[in-house]
Amino acid sequence: MAGKTFFIDTTKCTACRGCQVACKQWNQLPATKTFNWGSFQNPADLSFSTFKLVRFREVMSGGKLHWYFFPDQCRHCLEPPCKDTAEGYVQGAIIIDEPSGAVIYTAKTRELSFDAFEEVRQSCPYNIPRRNAATGLVSKCTMCIDRVQNGLLPACVKVCPTGTMNFGDRDIMVDMANTRVEELKKKGYKKAQLLDASSIRTIFLVVDDPMIYYKFAVAQNDVGISRKLALRKLFRPAAGLITGMTK
Amino acid sequence: MTNHWNDIGNSDCVLVMGSNAADNHPISFKWINKAKEKGATLISVDPRFTRTSSKADFYTALRSGTDIAFLGGMINYIIEQKLYHEEYLAYYTNASFILGPKYGFSDGLFSGYNPKTRTYDKSYWAFEVDSEGIPKRDHSLKNPRCVFQQLKKHFSRYTYDKVSEITGTPKEDLRKVYEMYGSTGTPDRVGTIMYAMGWTQHTVGVQNIRTMSIIQLLLGNIGMAGGGVNALRGESNVQGSTDHCLLWHIWPGYLKTPRASDTSLEVYNKKYTPVTHDPLSANWWGNYPKYSVSFLKSMFGDAAQPWNEFGYQWLPKADNGKNYSWLYLFDAMYNGDFTGFFAWGQNPACSGANAGKNREALGKLDWMVNVNLFDNETGSFWRGPGVDPKTIKTEVFFLPCAASMEKEGSITNSGRWMQWRYKAAEPPGDARPDGDMMMELFTKIRELYQKEPGAFPEPIKNLKWDYTTNGKFDSHKMAKEINGYFQKDVTIKGKTYKAGSLVPSFAFLQADGTTSSANWLYCNSYTEKGNMGARRNTVDKSGIGLYSGWSWCWPVNRRIIYNRASVDRYGNPWNAKRPVISWNGEKWVGDVPDGGWPRPGLADGPFPEHYEPLECPIPNNPMSSQFINPIVQVFEGAADFRATCDPRYPIVASTYRVTVHWQTGCMTRNQPWLLEAMPQMFCEMSEELAELRGIKNGEKVIVESARGKVWAVAIVTKRFRPFKVAGTTVHQVGMPWCFGWFTPKNGGDSSNLLTPSVGDPNTVIPETKAVMVNVRKA
Repeated sequence: MAGKTFFIDTTKCTACRGCQVACKQWNQLPATKTFNWGSFQNPADLSFSTFKLVRFREVMSGGKLHWYFFPDQCRHCLEPPCKDTAEGYVQGAIIIDEPSGAVIYTAKTRELSFDAFEEVRQSCPYNIPRRNAATGLVSKCTMCIDRVQNGLLPACVKVCPTGTMNFGDRDIMVDMANTRVEELKKKGYKKAQLLDASSIRTIFLVVDDPMIYYKFAVAQNDVGISRKLALRKLFRPAAGLITGMTK
Repeated sequence: MTNHWNDIGNSDCVLVMGSNAADNHPISFKWINKAKEKGATLISVDPRFTRTSSKADFYTALRSGTDIAFLGGMINYIIEQKLYHEEYLAYYTNASFILGPKYGFSDGLFSGYNPKTRTYDKSYWAFEVDSEGIPKRDHSLKNPRCVFQQLKKHFSRYTYDKVSEITGTPKEDLRKVYEMYGSTGTPDRVGTIMYAMGWTQHTVGVQNIRTMSIIQLLLGNIGMAGGGVNALRGESNVQGSTDHCLLWHIWPGYLKTPRASDTSLEVYNKKYTPVTHDPLSANWWGNYPKYSVSFLKSMFGDAAQPWNEFGYQWLPKADNGKNYSWLYLFDAMYNGDFTGFFAWGQNPACSGANAGKNREALGKLDWMVNVNLFDNETGSFWRGPGVDPKTIKTEVFFLPCAASMEKEGSITNSGRWMQWRYKAAEPPGDARPDGDMMMELFTKIRELYQKEPGAFPEPIKNLKWDYTTNGKFDSHKMAKEINGYFQKDVTIKGKTYKAGSLVPSFAFLQADGTTSSANWLYCNSYTEKGNMGARRNTVDKSGIGLYSGWSWCWPVNRRIIYNRASVDRYGNPWNAKRPVISWNGEKWVGDVPDGGWPRPGLADGPFPEHYEPLECPIPNNPMSSQFINPIVQVFEGAADFRATCDPRYPIVASTYRVTVHWQTGCMTRNQPWLLEAMPQMFCEMSEELAELRGIKNGEKVIVESARGKVWAVAIVTKRFRPFKVAGTTVHQVGMPWCFGWFTPKNGGDSSNLLTPSVGDPNTVIPETKAVMVNVRKA
């Protein structure tokens, strides 16, 4: 499988949130108004102007206190359901950059109707897409495609001081991820695992049950696929044709 | 740091205590992770389970202010279990020295204590010397009066029961930490300590660090790759500013500030130049006059001559017995003892302990110049909460300055690396580099002295002040001055150095005025070979990450200090896998070799001893009837309240930092992206305390001490747990000190409104890590 992939090793993440801020800086995203809601995690959630967010979770697990950090972002699915869904309504609203595999939301996302966007949002198994109510644009992590196309690392990877955020050719990243899982298993981390590695380009490594880290750490299929999308997936080869006819 | 950041990657066991490196020194985890990948163990000891703790192989908690007890127990364990490195101890430390007959210790006090002055006469702790004046030694370490035997006796009192009673740490956890860290006493294993303000900001701050230094020496971990005693500094350039005498009590390069009684250069040099009769002693400070005279030559240039003591009399002398550090200065300002103040790159209205007193003190001034990137709580103190501007007489001037990336120069990081930085952008608007402002300020002062000669004009008239190019401050000229020049043609060991050329290293400095150097410690940093700090060679010939061609490190580019102790007496590395230096039969290879020198005891005793913080939750010190550090100096003014074992303030509190805000937040609270990530003052507390006080997560609370109060958002967390201390339950909370009323609105105010103005007796760094408060629902 060609293209690029992120490997996010949460065992090395100290939640410095350099990635979160570097993302805002490179993409020139405005700060949102926040307040302390009893957590280090802020903003509280992803938004139209927050593509990258370190999620904090403190939990007793295995008789020990853990503070897990999960630098959440778009997974850049190999077969993105959001793209499939959007294509049912607006061609070119969501595209894939072939060389990198980046899933890109274009300016045409503003043409998605309220219901269509809602369907796009629900089709994402990781709860990523966010819409600007005023402009109608939909946004999320761009894989820093403007950097990657110029041979640079995504901003979040470039800034990471600990080795948590990695990025490169998919086979190299997958190798790195598998090697690290083996290493951690040898050290006694029995639950060391990669999340949905075969279907996405943002591979997280965790050492506990994924749901402890975050509800959407792994694909939530019950939320992800609506009945309409399931039907369309079934008739995928015809999807474009049908859309074409309705235009 | 005796070692440096990359070197943490060489360690087998990393103890992070008195520091939350993950939050405050994020880059350190690059190297901790490297060590862990190679099998190292990470231990975190902190009252609060922090982001550092979340990455640790083992975590345990202790009550704030009880580190000496915790580590004292470790010393006891290492000696009892014979885990120490005996040859290292016998030959490379003063463990073999014999204590004189006057040394003694009883009920928390060492001999030589004067209760009236609250000071020690250190001569009581002197070593026995032979007829030549050389300290007597017993390399077998068996003599009952030798340092090792006395150390053993002193720390045998720190039993598991006692330590657990004081610290609140379960005995089983103590044993685990002692076992893991004690395993580094073998020559093939090395342990390192990463500490920061969690150790320094106590009334026993220096002794905290000394306790760990003793452990590192017992285990033979100093001078070794992956070892050492490593202070993670509180700002990127705090090491550099200390080296260049930001503090009142030193001249550049840790030379002493003269006292009034040092009436001549001869008296001064004699007083601070140690004499040794030991032929094996390197006695590096024996060169003191070479460094002091070279410094004076650098200050006054051609005006500094032998007949005028090289201008020694033109420099200020500190009154005998008087302390001019931060807490004393603000006490003097509060008492109206001086009238003008430059707040240059600082924010005392938030950064200083007992900030409420500081804010009041600013109102006693006639004028203040606030030099900063942004206006702040200090510059705007006259319109702060509860202040009526009409009642303030202080005239405030604000000078906007350039940020670090808007000017060229060097910073010296915690690892002592002087790294040159280029200017990335022009400063905005009227903002100017600090150097430009200082150049102009002094030029104006000198003009005034020329127009209307005032009292004692010589220092002003004679100061060498040629650091500008085209009217602007030139950091290269300053860096060369710091390194130093030959003032005349000088021939040393058959080689002639031309007048006006840069001195190659401090070994060439002279006491006769033929050399200058503004800081002997940096002599070698900018030579005829160029600006060493700007070097960017990425080749590591050492195999242990010394990168000797990357930037420059003091002293003389030595990356690991005390490294002579990394090899046995014959020059063979203790650890052949990670040799720092070795003797190849003819010369040393590896890092620049370094020996060690005996130092006198600290102000508060030859051995560390547990005393309670100024404010604490228990009525007695379980170790002795000495409740607090017997030589701590306490202010008794109207703004200095304290409350120990006061039922109104039953909760221990600590202040700390967060990654996204820098110091008081003056810069970072003006950065929307950082403010978004950490927008408001918070107070972390245990679920147990929250339940006791009826507080829910995310609710507003009031935190108050004997000195003031602040509001905060409650973060109710499992990461704080109540302690069992001396039979009672003790709760602890923690707050950041990065917020201030000025900006953002509804961000909260500084937690230093709660902390007391009391400091360590050696350094007077304030005790902000262990204070007593109350927390209640707002």
